[in-house]
Amino acid sequence: MLSVRQLNAFYGRAHILRDVALEVARGEVLVLLGRNGAGKSTTMKAIMGLVRPAPGSSVSFAGTEIAGSPPYAIARLGLGYVPEDRRIFTDLTVMENLEVGRQKPRDGLDPWTPQRLFAIFPNLAAMKDRPGGRMSGGEQQMLTIARTLMGNPRLVLLDEPSEGLAPVIVQQMAEAIRAVKAAGLTVVLSEQNLHFAERVADRAAIIEKGIVRWTGTLDALRAEPAIKAQYLSV
Amino acid sequence: MDFILIQFLTGLANASALFLIASGLTVIFGVTRIVNFAHGSFYMLGAYLTWTITRALWDWSGREPALFIAGILLAALAVGAIGALIEIVLLRRIYRAPELFQLLATFGVVLMIQDIALAVWGPEDLPLPRPPWLRRFVEIAGSRFPQYDLILIFVGPAVLALLWFLFQRTRFGVLVRAATQDREMVAALGVDQRVLFTGVFFLGSTLAGLGGAIVLPSQSAFLQMDLAIIAEAFVVVVVGGLGSVPGAFLAALLIAQVQAFGIVLVPKATLVLVFLVMAIVLMIRPYGLLGRPQAHARAATGAVEPVIRPAPAILGWAGAAALLVAAAAPFFAGPYMVTVLVELAVFVLFAASLHFMMGPGGIVSFGHAAYFGLGAYGAALGLRYLAVPMEAGIVLAPLLAGAFGLVFGWFAVRLSGVYLAMLTLAFAQIVWAAAFQWVEFTGGDNGILGVWPSEWAREKGAYLWLALALCIGATLLLRRIIYAPFGYALRATRDSELRAEAIGLNAVRIRLGAFVIAALGAGLAGGVYAYAKGSVFPTYISIPKSIDALLMVLLGGVQTVSGPVVGALAFHTLFLTVLQAFTWWRFILGFAIVLLVLAFPQGIAGFVRQRWERARGLEAA
Ligand SMILES: Nc1ncnc2c1ncn2[C@@H]1O[C@H](COP(=O)(O)OP(=O)(O)OP(=O)(O)O)[C@@H](O)[C@H]1O
Ligand SMILES: [Mg+2]
Repeated sequence: MLSVRQLNAFYGRAHILRDVALEVARGEVLVLLGRNGAGKSTTMKAIMGLVRPAPGSSVSFAGTEIAGSPPYAIARLGLGYVPEDRRIFTDLTVMENLEVGRQKPRDGLDPWTPQRLFAIFPNLAAMKDRPGGRMSGGEQQMLTIARTLMGNPRLVLLDEPSEGLAPVIVQQMAEAIRAVKAAGLTVVLSEQNLHFAERVADRAAIIEKGIVRWTGTLDALRAEPAIKAQYLSV
Repeated sequence: MDFILIQFLTGLANASALFLIASGLTVIFGVTRIVNFAHGSFYMLGAYLTWTITRALWDWSGREPALFIAGILLAALAVGAIGALIEIVLLRRIYRAPELFQLLATFGVVLMIQDIALAVWGPEDLPLPRPPWLRRFVEIAGSRFPQYDLILIFVGPAVLALLWFLFQRTRFGVLVRAATQDREMVAALGVDQRVLFTGVFFLGSTLAGLGGAIVLPSQSAFLQMDLAIIAEAFVVVVVGGLGSVPGAFLAALLIAQVQAFGIVLVPKATLVLVFLVMAIVLMIRPYGLLGRPQAHARAATGAVEPVIRPAPAILGWAGAAALLVAAAAPFFAGPYMVTVLVELAVFVLFAASLHFMMGPGGIVSFGHAAYFGLGAYGAALGLRYLAVPMEAGIVLAPLLAGAFGLVFGWFAVRLSGVYLAMLTLAFAQIVWAAAFQWVEFTGGDNGILGVWPSEWAREKGAYLWLALALCIGATLLLRRIIYAPFGYALRATRDSELRAEAIGLNAVRIRLGAFVIAALGAGLAGGVYAYAKGSVFPTYISIPKSIDALLMVLLGGVQTVSGPVVGALAFHTLFLTVLQAFTWWRFILGFAIVLLVLAFPQGIAGFVRQRWERARGLEAA
């Protein structure tokens, strides 16, 4: 589904990503693990075209090369992106936020509607006309995922969905991600919270200083406490 | 009482056109973050095209009101198409460029459209021959009130309602509102920004065109419409709050009422009154009536600025040599050459004074000509009313400019970026209008003549020495200040206001100091210029003169001390030798500005620096 090879990215002169490689199969949930500043968000932004991949990078999505394409074109191919800082349109209501995300239905996928999304995120149903600026952090996090799903993506990039949320909401978030997976979508999420990752992910890739250090299933990771100790702040 | 009602209705009618223009400007700014100077040109094109199209329709079949309305709408849509075209060809390429360059590029468009309009419609004012139904009056409270104005009163609210529907109830409107807040996120959700931006430009330009169209029956179409309206539109947008359509509506009502009553109460000072209202609003609400602090304030000239470099020694020697040659000119060159040298000295100081606040201060003024003109008028008015001799006039010139610099600067230095640009431009327009409108005091368009130097300096060579001594001396003084503690403090406030405050600097006061020093310098240049020419005119204060100063600074490079000197010499020589030879020099200059911005969106200095660093292998591999 998504195949990243030799992905390099810079902020100005700072070399942030170094030859990042990732393979994501259709229907699986891959988690990017790594400490603060490891390069998880940058990887997602580079895939999405929000940070320019350096020449020579390759990002192929469903058979199409997308490195160097503009973000809107990448999104239209069926790649959804949920930023870590949420970026809700605070002046717009919940329904309007969803409208911004809406794109054409995609072959072979049941199109998302606000009704269908409210089934996954019941909190949102009660505040359809509330401006995004007057929602709690957890509610905004739900809305930003729902908004991205309105684009009927085949794959969603979820940047730290559990960050800063209360335990109850984290629980709902995990269920939501499983529901998204059940709907036939592929998911790449980034996390620092290993427990959360273990609840939702099939496979993990560990990033440190912009380099992928380890990949494997979560079961395999459980069996390697040395890796966990070295790269993750457990 | 009746008189109050009639003035009030007149104000409402004028508010409609003002709102149309300002709403277009504010919508375009909200989404694209571009301050579109050419918006006034779209307004002018709206009036001209209505003149052409309506008359064609009337010739074709009767002078029906319906055909007039069709003419207005067609003209507005045509202007919208022109705006969209300009967005696609030009602006799309410079959305990431620094604000200053965007403003300059749109000013290039202003110049081009001025010459195009001159070529197509000629220099005469073009009134619309009005059929009887357009001339009808209605009786209101015993007075005659134009029926057309009565209709206009409803146009503003109607357009406000339409815009409200568009922004609240359509997908396009929702996307525009989202993009106003976070364009990048909108793109990441699969929305093609280019379509959105072009659409917004079409909408905004159509509104400007419509504004120009509806004023045609009560005014004429004329060539100065563009710059006359843009300053007013800036005032309305700033008072209403950047990006806010309802804010623009309120502000248009307010400003139009101030104008309607001001014209009766203080007929010569309506613009001063408008300025006062704006000042009061900004004091109470720094971001306008319904505006909000700007989320991503950027430095107007680009990314973090490097330290200002002193000129290399060789350039200093070259400068000294050039100065010697210039001073010796009266012995070997003709009178024309000597006159040109005086002007060069004046423009070097003019550019250097703007550079002083732009480079080290990061304060980009779009109205620096105000202080130049105030200096010139200070000398001329001093002579006319107080009979002061040149020696005193030369002192009076910078003092008058500095005093105004203190007042205007007080407001300006609290702002940054777009607000600052708009405000400085509006101030300059006020000074210009005072010189232009207040005929008894300033001579209006005819200016003030007979401003000659004292006996001993009347000979051309002697005046050149005086000009060199004053202008080059002041320029060197400015340079000294840049490297004095004040200059370092100024740069500290530019680079980080917070950090500067943290080490005990009063950022606002330092910036104000820089503003006043720059005004003093420009005022001195203006004074010297007035005696050199023997006359002063309102054109000394016009927007193009302010832009000249910006171009000089940019040509030379903002972050070099010798930049303004080199820029002034290059610009003035270019202007005298090349441009003035062409009839259509405005078009050529405008086109050159546009090309320059397209070729070097980071500025010439930035481009040269980049090349230089790359050549030395500083670029990361
Ligand atoms: N806009 C930026 N400009 C310059 N450097 C940046 C920028 N954004 C991130 N960085 C740097 O890039 C590196 C990777 O950052 P990134 O945001 O990808 O990390 P992350 O793994 O997502 O961390 P976190 O868990 O804290 O979100 C960090 O060293 C960071 O300082
Ligand atoms: Mg991150």
